[in-house]
Amino acid sequence: MNIVAPESLIFWTTIIFLLLLFLLRKFAWKPILGAVRSRESSINDALEAAEKAKLEMQNMHADNEKLLQEARAEREAMMKEARELKTKMINDAKEDAKLEADKMVAQAQAAIESEKKAAIAELKQQVASLSLDIAEKVVKHELSDSDKQMKLVNEMLGEAKLN
Amino acid sequence: MRLTQTLIGSLALIIFLLMPFSGTASDPNPGEGDGKFDPKELINSHVWDSHEFHIADWSGHPITLALPVILWTENGLTIFPSSEFHHDNTGTTVVEANGQQFVKYREHIFYADRFDQEKFEAASTMGRPFLYEDRPLDFSITKTVFSMILVSLLLILIFGFAARSYKKNKRAPKGISGLLEPIILFVRDEIALPNIGDKYQKYMPLLLTIFFFIWLNNLIGLIPFFPFSGNVTGNIIFTLVMAVIVFIVTIFSGNKYYWKHILTPDVPKALYPIMIPIEIIGMFTKPFALMVRLFANITAGHIIILSLVGLIFIFETAAISPVSIAFVLFMSVLELLVAALQAYVFTLLAALFIGQAVEEHH
Repeated sequence: MNIVAPESLIFWTTIIFLLLLFLLRKFAWKPILGAVRSRESSINDALEAAEKAKLEMQNMHADNEKLLQEARAEREAMMKEARELKTKMINDAKEDAKLEADKMVAQAQAAIESEKKAAIAELKQQVASLSLDIAEKVVKHELSDSDKQMKLVNEMLGEAKLN
Repeated sequence: MRLTQTLIGSLALIIFLLMPFSGTASDPNPGEGDGKFDPKELINSHVWDSHEFHIADWSGHPITLALPVILWTENGLTIFPSSEFHHDNTGTTVVEANGQQFVKYREHIFYADRFDQEKFEAASTMGRPFLYEDRPLDFSITKTVFSMILVSLLLILIFGFAARSYKKNKRAPKGISGLLEPIILFVRDEIALPNIGDKYQKYMPLLLTIFFFIWLNNLIGLIPFFPFSGNVTGNIIFTLVMAVIVFIVTIFSGNKYYWKHILTPDVPKALYPIMIPIEIIGMFTKPFALMVRLFANITAGHIIILSLVGLIFIFETAAISPVSIAFVLFMSVLELLVAALQAYVFTLLAALFIGQAVEEHH
């Protein structure tokens, strides 16, 4: 047994331990445990806040995605509409042009027809007057010489062919 | 080969001489004055307490730190330095103080006129410290008390410093607090919380103080030179006081379920005469186990290390020193583990006993 004087060690151990307990409790354990506890709670708070922020970000992201989707759909619709409008306008224009062309062709045809009629009528008149002229000359010539008259008629007829 | 042996041998001798327990060589041992190496005395002088702190020997003269001798005598308080005994442990040097005469025999201080060597030797080892009719009450600052004060100052310094760094630094711990915080959290999360439960906060200062006080005392006991080497936790009186403190805290925090369990256990009434004494004995065996476990573990470790060093001097050859050094190194590393482990076990069991006392039954 390593005892010198039991009363000495009992006395001093008790005093020293209680004093140590008191001093460490006041100057070390309370501040350290308090600091650790408050830091733990601040870490937990920070983690919670981060979690919340992450969730918010996710929500925002989803919102953005939705907006983008909508914008895209809208653009699509607008482009489709534009395309349709374009086709329609082209078609309309084509149709109008065709109608106009038809109309012009018809007018031209009508004009040609009437010109033709007028020309034919004039030709008829000229042929009639020529015929009358020929007939007049033939008649005049017949009066002098029958051979000559014949010859004249033939000449006349040859001339008439050239016309 | 020879040179290495000589070198290792002298190294072992230097280490040995630096150890305070080598002081026995100069303390003539009654009944064994032949100067032969006595391993028992060597080991005892280390694990025993003493009135002076042996630092080293210089050309046959011991260099010691004279600790104060504080006596409560029939004439009242008497204080004188232990150096007045001139390292005498045989009861021959008489010191006069406060009108009385004292002698020191094997670290026990007696009234010079009433000291009886035969009576002392006849008393059992256990009974020797209690010869109160022949000696004054001894409240000296012994080597153990000195070590205890040293450890307390170190603890206050270390943890005061750590606590200060928390005031400035609100973020992750740095430096000394970064080293200590995991240990503090270990005591909180692995010892206090699982064993005591929700009320653990009230007991944290006690458990932390017990843990670090025992741990640092264990470590100090392993350092073989001044001002360390004091064998505090290997002293049964120290472990007794620690166990009694745990016991007092336990019974004062015991709730009605704790006392009900002891005084009216859940057994048939006919068994009460057996059960109640068993439960009451159980109250005392728990702290008793605490006391003996710490004392025995630390003392055993010290004795093994000292015996291994002593082998060199028992065989009187340096050739054994490589073996001794290898084993001492191994044991010292093991003791480092034991130092932490025993502090942990003591704290864990203290928390467990307190936890049993405050446990709520539903």
